[in-house]
Amino acid sequence: MPKKKIIAMLLAGGQGSRLGVLTKSMAKPAVPFGGKYRIIDFPLSNCVNSDIDTVGVLTQYEPLALNAYLGSGQPWDLDRMNGGVFVLPPYVSGSTGQWYSGTANAIYQNIPFIDQYDPEYVLILSGDHIYKMNYAKMLDFHIKKKAEATIAVLTVPMEEASRFGIMNTDDEDRIIDFEEKPKAPKSNKASMGIYIFNWKTLRPYLVADEQDNSSSHDFGKNIIPNLLRSGANLYAYGFTGYWKDVGTIRSLWEANMDLIGADPEFRLADKSWKIYSKSPAMPPHYIGAEASLTNALVSEGCVVYGSVERSVLFTGAHVGKGAVIRDSIVMPNAEIGDGAIVTKAIIGEGSVVSAGAVIGCEKTPEDGDYDTSLTGDITLVANSVTIPEGKRVPVGMIVK
Amino acid sequence: MENAFGLIYTGDASMQLRELTNSRSVAAVPFGGRYRTIDFMLSDLVNTGIYNVGIIAQKNYHSLMDHLESGKEWDLHRKRDGLFVLPPFVTHDNTGVYRGTVDAIRSCLGYVRRSAQKYVVLMGSHTIYNTTFNDMIKSHIESGADITIMYNRDSMEPQKERYDDLRLKFDADGRVCDLALDPTNISTPFRSCDAFVMEKTILEYLVEDAYSHARYDFTNDVLVRSVGSINMRGWEYTGYVARLNSPNDYYKHNMALLDKAVSKDLFNSAHPIYTKIKDEFPASYVGKGSAVNSVIADGCMIEGHVENSILFRGVRVAPGAVVKNSIIMQASNIGEGASLNCVILDKSVTVRPNVTLSGHGTYPIILRKGTVV
Repeated sequence: MPKKKIIAMLLAGGQGSRLGVLTKSMAKPAVPFGGKYRIIDFPLSNCVNSDIDTVGVLTQYEPLALNAYLGSGQPWDLDRMNGGVFVLPPYVSGSTGQWYSGTANAIYQNIPFIDQYDPEYVLILSGDHIYKMNYAKMLDFHIKKKAEATIAVLTVPMEEASRFGIMNTDDEDRIIDFEEKPKAPKSNKASMGIYIFNWKTLRPYLVADEQDNSSSHDFGKNIIPNLLRSGANLYAYGFTGYWKDVGTIRSLWEANMDLIGADPEFRLADKSWKIYSKSPAMPPHYIGAEASLTNALVSEGCVVYGSVERSVLFTGAHVGKGAVIRDSIVMPNAEIGDGAIVTKAIIGEGSVVSAGAVIGCEKTPEDGDYDTSLTGDITLVANSVTIPEGKRVPVGMIVK
Repeated sequence: MENAFGLIYTGDASMQLRELTNSRSVAAVPFGGRYRTIDFMLSDLVNTGIYNVGIIAQKNYHSLMDHLESGKEWDLHRKRDGLFVLPPFVTHDNTGVYRGTVDAIRSCLGYVRRSAQKYVVLMGSHTIYNTTFNDMIKSHIESGADITIMYNRDSMEPQKERYDDLRLKFDADGRVCDLALDPTNISTPFRSCDAFVMEKTILEYLVEDAYSHARYDFTNDVLVRSVGSINMRGWEYTGYVARLNSPNDYYKHNMALLDKAVSKDLFNSAHPIYTKIKDEFPASYVGKGSAVNSVIADGCMIEGHVENSILFRGVRVAPGAVVKNSIIMQASNIGEGASLNCVILDKSVTVRPNVTLSGHGTYPIILRKGTVV
């Protein structure tokens, strides 16, 4: 097989348990985002736009939706003669075989896949971030610095730094210290979970880590500290621009809201860096005679008769007459009945909010106690749920 | 899978769509917010289970080739069969310029012969509908007809602009007993939908025979002349048929998509219409941007007001601009405070701020691709 300069390995195995019912039957990277995308479209499109044509997608949790979505890789131009997109689930070899027990173990188990391409560099990505990034520039940096590993970092507010893996660097961007979620951070350069390694450097570390029973087989916890300890050349590549971990209900909601408006926080209407996705072959959307729209994103296949404010309507969503949608996300093929009111909510794929139902209304004593630890003030209706006519769903509740 | 292949004639040299066909064949004319007319023919064939499709290109086929690429958007990017674009070529007995449909089909007989399927679905490219041909092929085989013509019921009012109006009459047995092209006095509601099913050997025979008698138009010189000698039958289509024979028709049928019933018929979710994917961002309504009774594609940025209109992908309507009763094609830009009524803007038209353009529902203004007003 022809040698590749660089290949990407995309870690897409996480359950994304903080997304609650949204990831009940699909892995987090398959969760819909931004009207017509799924989260995995972002790293995949970034790869293609950065001229990386070989991507291994490591899956293990509920892979069906993701496998079906990736198909041959054609929507991302990743149906290649040499390279392309590969779904890499854990497998049994001889009499042994095991689930991926950590990010490093997942790559370890796929050493034969990587070796086929004999790459000089391996780019490690995760499937739960929304951002546009030119990995080719990061690779240039990596080569220029003669690094053995480069970690992309984002400058975060100091008070949030303790939520991230923090890199302490010298003036030359060389990493001198790494702390996972430090209580007293010394820097605010947060790891974005994006790594470039020289394959010949990384390979023996993966093998050694696998032998270490005390290791949790994780890049952040084990591989990076081990490299640092042995004095390897590790550099931090500073990234500026929009980057969001959409691992929670709130961050998923916020990131969708960040797309709205004339001058949005995150601009996707960008011809120079398109985000590709699989098209469901639907006609343009239709806006009815009595509809009203204010700061809304509306995708193909939508039919809107009601009123939509500061919201994102995904492909094939239907909004009935007199319905009012505010500050909400209506996922693909969901249906909002006539006169229903949806406030600050996420309505899952294919769900039906029947006529007159009220989603995200004020809580009353009759509603009793329910857990809002995942949702806060965002109301969540899971995928493929039908909310009966006139039903009230109070703020922060999860309906499954 | 049907034992049939498709042959689509796109090379109409006529300019019945005026400015819209200046730089493209009618098959490449944009329709319905994100499609081109050929998308309907290709999707009809693919949804039927026909995966061998020849496209006869004649004039201005650059834009068509650009749209079709390898055929992958229609699942026609295949090792076995697939999409074949058949442009004109010059050989010792072929001048490269078609004198008519017979000439055009004749130059593609090599493709027809090589096709493994027994039947051919022959289609023009200015008649749009969303159907599958399975029932038509079945009825063709059962009736024992030589040629089956798809038709529907159309108005019998005398028409101002006559174009490709092929009318059918049937005898008591259901066989076509009269065919009339562009009759002045229309005496039958049955009108051809420009789709024909026949055995490919019959097509080969008819084309060679016509050519050797210096007859060049398939409709006039073959079909109309052969009513007595060939067993032709009809297959009635009852769904919506959009014939794009004039700018007025073009305007009317696009506007018809604002009618829920028409849009449900043409975009029947059981038979999706496939087209080239542009990976545009969803449409964004910003600030006071609003739309009523309109069809709007991805990639639009609406800051003004849009009413009773069709907007193709990537149209920008600036604040204070008003677009009414209009068709705005891909990547056009409507400046601040501009006002449009009953206009058809071809691709990449720029309307400068505060410009007012107003046509009439019976005679829309058409602005050519790339115009700056």
